[in-house]
Amino acid sequence: MAENPSLTKNPQLDSWIAITSDGTVRVRMGKVDIGQKISSAVSRLAAEELDVAPGRIVMIRPDTIDGPDEGMTSGSNSMEESGNAVRLASATARAVLLAKASVALGVEVDELDIDDGTITARSTNSSTTYWDLQGDQAFGVPIDIAARIKPAAARKLVGKPAAPLDLEDIVTGRHVFVNDMSMEGMVHARPVRPPHALARLEDVDDTVLKKLAGDGFTVVRDGSFLAVAGADEFQVIKAARVLFNAARWTSGPKLDNRDIYEQLTTNARMSMPVVDGLPVLDTPVPPPLTPPADAKASLSARYERAYIMHGSIGPSAGLAVAQGDTLEIWTHSQGIYLLRTSLAELLGMPAGNLRIHHRPGSGCYGHNGADDAAVDAAFVARAMPGVPVLLKWTREDEHAWEPYSPAMVMDLSGAIASDGSITAWNHESHSDTHVMRPRPGVAGLGPSRLLPARYLANPPAVIPPPPNMTHHGGIHRNLEPLYRIAEPRLVKHLVRDLPHRTSALRTLGAFANVYALEAFLDELAEAAGEDPVQLRLRHLDDPRARACIEAVASRIGPLSEAPEGYGRGIGFAQYKNAKAYAAVAVELTVDGNDRVRLKRAVIAGDAGQIVDPMGFTAQLEGGFIQSASWTIHEAVTHDPDGITSRDWDSYPIIGFDNIPEIETVLLDQPDEPFLGAGEAVCGPTGAAIVNAVARATGVRPRRLPLTPDNLRAAALSA
Amino acid sequence: MPTLTLQVNGKARRVDAESDTPLLQVLRNQLGLTGAKLGCGLEQCGACAVLVDGQSRLSCVAAASEFEGKDIVTVEGLAQDGKLSKVQRAFIAETAAQCGYCTPGMVIAVTGLFRRSATPSDGEVRAALSDHLCRCGSHARILAAVDRLRREG
Repeated sequence: MAENPSLTKNPQLDSWIAITSDGTVRVRMGKVDIGQKISSAVSRLAAEELDVAPGRIVMIRPDTIDGPDEGMTSGSNSMEESGNAVRLASATARAVLLAKASVALGVEVDELDIDDGTITARSTNSSTTYWDLQGDQAFGVPIDIAARIKPAAARKLVGKPAAPLDLEDIVTGRHVFVNDMSMEGMVHARPVRPPHALARLEDVDDTVLKKLAGDGFTVVRDGSFLAVAGADEFQVIKAARVLFNAARWTSGPKLDNRDIYEQLTTNARMSMPVVDGLPVLDTPVPPPLTPPADAKASLSARYERAYIMHGSIGPSAGLAVAQGDTLEIWTHSQGIYLLRTSLAELLGMPAGNLRIHHRPGSGCYGHNGADDAAVDAAFVARAMPGVPVLLKWTREDEHAWEPYSPAMVMDLSGAIASDGSITAWNHESHSDTHVMRPRPGVAGLGPSRLLPARYLANPPAVIPPPPNMTHHGGIHRNLEPLYRIAEPRLVKHLVRDLPHRTSALRTLGAFANVYALEAFLDELAEAAGEDPVQLRLRHLDDPRARACIEAVASRIGPLSEAPEGYGRGIGFAQYKNAKAYAAVAVELTVDGNDRVRLKRAVIAGDAGQIVDPMGFTAQLEGGFIQSASWTIHEAVTHDPDGITSRDWDSYPIIGFDNIPEIETVLLDQPDEPFLGAGEAVCGPTGAAIVNAVARATGVRPRRLPLTPDNLRAAALSA
Repeated sequence: MPTLTLQVNGKARRVDAESDTPLLQVLRNQLGLTGAKLGCGLEQCGACAVLVDGQSRLSCVAAASEFEGKDIVTVEGLAQDGKLSKVQRAFIAETAAQCGYCTPGMVIAVTGLFRRSATPSDGEVRAALSDHLCRCGSHARILAAVDRLRREG
């Protein structure tokens, strides 16, 4: 098994598991639950290996005070990192407890049975319990990475359906989000942002400041950072509007409003070849591969995808208290340790004086405003020592200031050779960075990525993001086809000087790359007169990949036999060519108003060994619906004066009127490792929808989203 | 500041609120009922829905004073004597939530729907949920919960 960074960094059993004298098992992990139900899956792994009832497992919310540091919760890594770590920790704890019981009961370990934490000697029927043997005591041993894990046949909980943790609290309103927190003496706060990212604060009308102060509000200003706090939330919302209107903002440079796809293909850039999933620096980009003269079909096409947003339903929020030289924060950040390091560097504080607790937030799907709102709250809290400050963004703040997923351009060309093989494959992706999380790095890198820091009187210099050089990293995630294609020419272009702050949204570059490559495969198949399913299967050796495609193709029916007026389409990928496999097939129509109407969808997923089938289904279906929304509806828009997508009317997302019948097929591999499941379905969904629209209308759209305007433009240029 | 009397989850509650303070603000910050969520403050997302005289209504804009004399039920008030409502049980049975931020509004909308009809049509279901956004993509699971309730009658 590959090295598990969670275990390397946190090798001690006590970091993960504690047995209490009152009969519970407290499990800590460093990955955070953001609605993906990772804590439900991990709690079942612990209950399984420890042989205790699931109800005895208490999942402790992560904080930076103790418990394991597992870095960022991202990239579909949590089951492989936290899941395997907790599984091994639980197996280690079980072995330690059996050894202790063996001494206590005077029998060999192999004569002991465990039932819900009670250990019984078969021969003497004498027994003891986890709680008696270990209650409230440290283990003091490292995790045994060779600890014996239960084989598939012996598992009682893993792989069986179960209601997720917290669901009862959610449906009864008891589940407390950061936005819902309350403390004695707490004040509410709102940030007051400039009209657009390049504007700066000149001054604020003094009479208004005096009036606000007289009414009991606290206004916090540092450079262009502006916020207001007060006792009553609704009055603070109104005061923030008053303050915005009382502020004079510079009318300096404005947002570049040229066509974004032109900017993506003409701006300064760092270009590099990508080989075996890795970018290669300081190497010239090779010339395009040319198709053989006797090719059966040869094509080139450009695909485009607009900026899209995370679009959390709950605006970002943070709660902070400054006390003496310490700062305590409650946040829905996905990386509380990384936030702590960056904020400590920004504030010049020892990291140990910052205590950060994770609390639930609205689903984020990546790097949304969570970290920024926590920092906003911290800035206000430092101006109001001893007072808890709950700062929330407004809906408009969230839409206009979260870091977007960058617009992308994908240029593809390729051919079907005379022997039927795909050849001369070129795929170049042009994009801004997908990775602007506040990670530590060179001095100032982390702080400069915290939005509020950029508006301070003395801001950290904004450092242009270096290219992500990791395997299937940002722009080049799933750039490499899984299909058997000899020496594809793959190029990553990290484009500079684009108008918006961008960062990680579910799948990073994989959504756009998979949509483009899977759409291009369909175009090639059509040009060569071949069924797109067969073209894919002919170029895939991995039986698990083939099984996914076959599962959806057989259920949706032949692509060429859709009902009159409908189109069927298919898409497939293995996320990062290493995580879960997913195939999607859809059947849809385009109505008289050029709106895409989804009728039916079939999803097949293989994430290795399934721990929580309900959780896996939710990730596949939820990922499908979110990705369908990106594909059909979503584009962040702006003009020179700022973002024009400022609410749900100006940035519409999918609603209940366009949810198809969904059939989801889980392909379990009980003897295989877990593969992260949270992102696999998104790329294939985009491709399946685009391919189905092309078949339904006879016109192939190559610009997302598939709005009536874009579909009409595609029809006009066809 | 004017004093209002609101009937919330079966109890008369006296609160002080400015005349323009939205009901949602009063519920969350004065009565400590944080089940209804602030999602947009623009009546665009549905996270703030509560039952008013049995019908689902958005609470993030309309002033609390408009609700005097009406029967307000929040998501906290649906369970009776510690027993979850049918709608809440259906949401659990179908795993109809991920992050859960939109869920109280969805539960309220579906509760209002079934107060009007035990067997709502597909069109009525879509109309009842048309004001409600979900970003996790739980729509299909929520519709499965609705189907379960229709089956159970």
